[in-house]
Amino acid sequence: MEISDRLDAEAIDKLSVETTNKRNLYWAFSILSFLILVSMVYTRANVYYIYLVTYIWFGVAYGMMLQYGRFCFASAARDLFANGVARMAVGIMAALVFFGLIQASLNAANMSTFEPGPFGIHMVIGGLVFGVGMVLAGGCASGVLYKVGEGNGTALLAVLVMGFSQAIFAVAGGPLMRILPQSWIKSAATKGLPPGKINSWYDVYLSGYIWNKPATQIAKTSLIAKTFPGASGYFVGDALLSVILPAILILALIYIIWIRKSFIKKVIKAKGSAGFHDELAGFWGMVTASKRTTLTGVLIGITAGLQMWVLKGMQNKFGISNFGTLLTKMGHTVDLSTTGKVFDSGFWVIATQESQFAAWVMEKLGMNMHSNVFFGVMSGVPAIWRNPELWMIVGIVLGSMVVALINREFKWKWPKGELIIFGILGGLLMGIGSRLSLGCNVGAFFDRAAGGDPSGWLFFAGMVTGAFVGVKFLNWHTERKMEKAMEAFDI
Amino acid sequence: MAIKFEKVSDGNYSLDIRGYVCPQPQLYTKKSLEKMNEGEIVKVVFDNPSSAETIAQMCDQAGHDILERKQEGGEIVMVIKKG
Repeated sequence: MEISDRLDAEAIDKLSVETTNKRNLYWAFSILSFLILVSMVYTRANVYYIYLVTYIWFGVAYGMMLQYGRFCFASAARDLFANGVARMAVGIMAALVFFGLIQASLNAANMSTFEPGPFGIHMVIGGLVFGVGMVLAGGCASGVLYKVGEGNGTALLAVLVMGFSQAIFAVAGGPLMRILPQSWIKSAATKGLPPGKINSWYDVYLSGYIWNKPATQIAKTSLIAKTFPGASGYFVGDALLSVILPAILILALIYIIWIRKSFIKKVIKAKGSAGFHDELAGFWGMVTASKRTTLTGVLIGITAGLQMWVLKGMQNKFGISNFGTLLTKMGHTVDLSTTGKVFDSGFWVIATQESQFAAWVMEKLGMNMHSNVFFGVMSGVPAIWRNPELWMIVGIVLGSMVVALINREFKWKWPKGELIIFGILGGLLMGIGSRLSLGCNVGAFFDRAAGGDPSGWLFFAGMVTGAFVGVKFLNWHTERKMEKAMEAFDI
Repeated sequence: MAIKFEKVSDGNYSLDIRGYVCPQPQLYTKKSLEKMNEGEIVKVVFDNPSSAETIAQMCDQAGHDILERKQEGGEIVMVIKKG
């Protein structure tokens, strides 16, 4: 190629890059403008919608941080098992510690919206199913959302399947009803539910099994409450015992199993010997190896605490404990469950509102989604534009998209080949796992563990085991494909 | 859907894993490096941004050198020398 031709080609390339950059910035600006416009329209329609708008913008903040830090709970277990990389596990433990400390402060000030969930083996089983699913889908419940924002079609498929599989699982009866223990059926009948609500397997599972399980918060156990009365119990029981010590223990185990050997080998090669201070340096090196991820973990932990504080403040301001009360005041009673509520956790969650989206679509297609316990009695089926938690999901996707566009990382990728199967299967398993344990990696693990609820760690144990199984399968699958790709030559 | 792992010349390989999502880009990169000899080079092309961070840390821990890393139009190219 002549020098002049090469210079022309370089100039064209540069121009093309500049055009793409400008187009990306235009789209990022348009998305943010759209969200501002939506916020203005809602608050203009009724001041009560400020509650919904708050969810939107916390969603945007989560989406931006998740994409920037490539923050994915699936990656934490998967990259350790598959590649021996600890960056994400470190990030999650950092997020957990900061959220745990803020939750303890909020509890002490009576400003927490957190309530512990039922404790039992169902958390391990749900986590196990969810863990396999998140490895197949290529991301956890929050991970696939930020990846949708990067233009990842497989992630979008997984999100949709996760929503619909939850909704279908919540109302499915038929042959499933034949495998219900009599004790659950008898117990469900004693709960005084409105007539015609127990029709599915999940209805009986919730009312005849889950609701009988104890909900525990370490600060409120008699031992901690007596030993550390008042606010100190939240810091010792919930923050120190439930979050900080387990996080340090997990990080120490990760260091010993995956990082220590190669690090100490390098030290011995350089200095001839290694002591305790080298071990500490190795541990610290692991924690700071990906500053981007660790910093994002800290920010996510702080933001999750801030969201809880802001929403509790708004609840106090409006004199409510659930958005359903505001919907009632605005005349939208059709959205509500029989208890007059809609799903409104008051903090960061992912799974349930995706099922509400699917239930709303299924109802529009003519199905009855109110004659059941999950939607009919507990969560409600709000119109999708009046569902604050669902708007948080939209915020996460769009927030991630803004950062991906600005950093030139957005690219639309249609799901192809085996990725379609992995996306569907992964979404299905994440959906069923979420329903069994009443939450995903965020609601069943992150929120609960940080709130001093030991059931979060049960879900974590199941999720990590499931991820290990998923990685074993993907290792086998990729090995086969590599061998096929290398048939053409010797290496 | 197929991956493309090709021999460009002696000691030089290319791995095209565009379209794949986590954790497959990092898994294929790891497996390619395991098959190669020390000092050999592989050019990896992928479009899953999250994989870049993991691949970089994996190389750092295993002692592989990232000779070049560039990104455009949602695609990432990494040239890695096995250490």
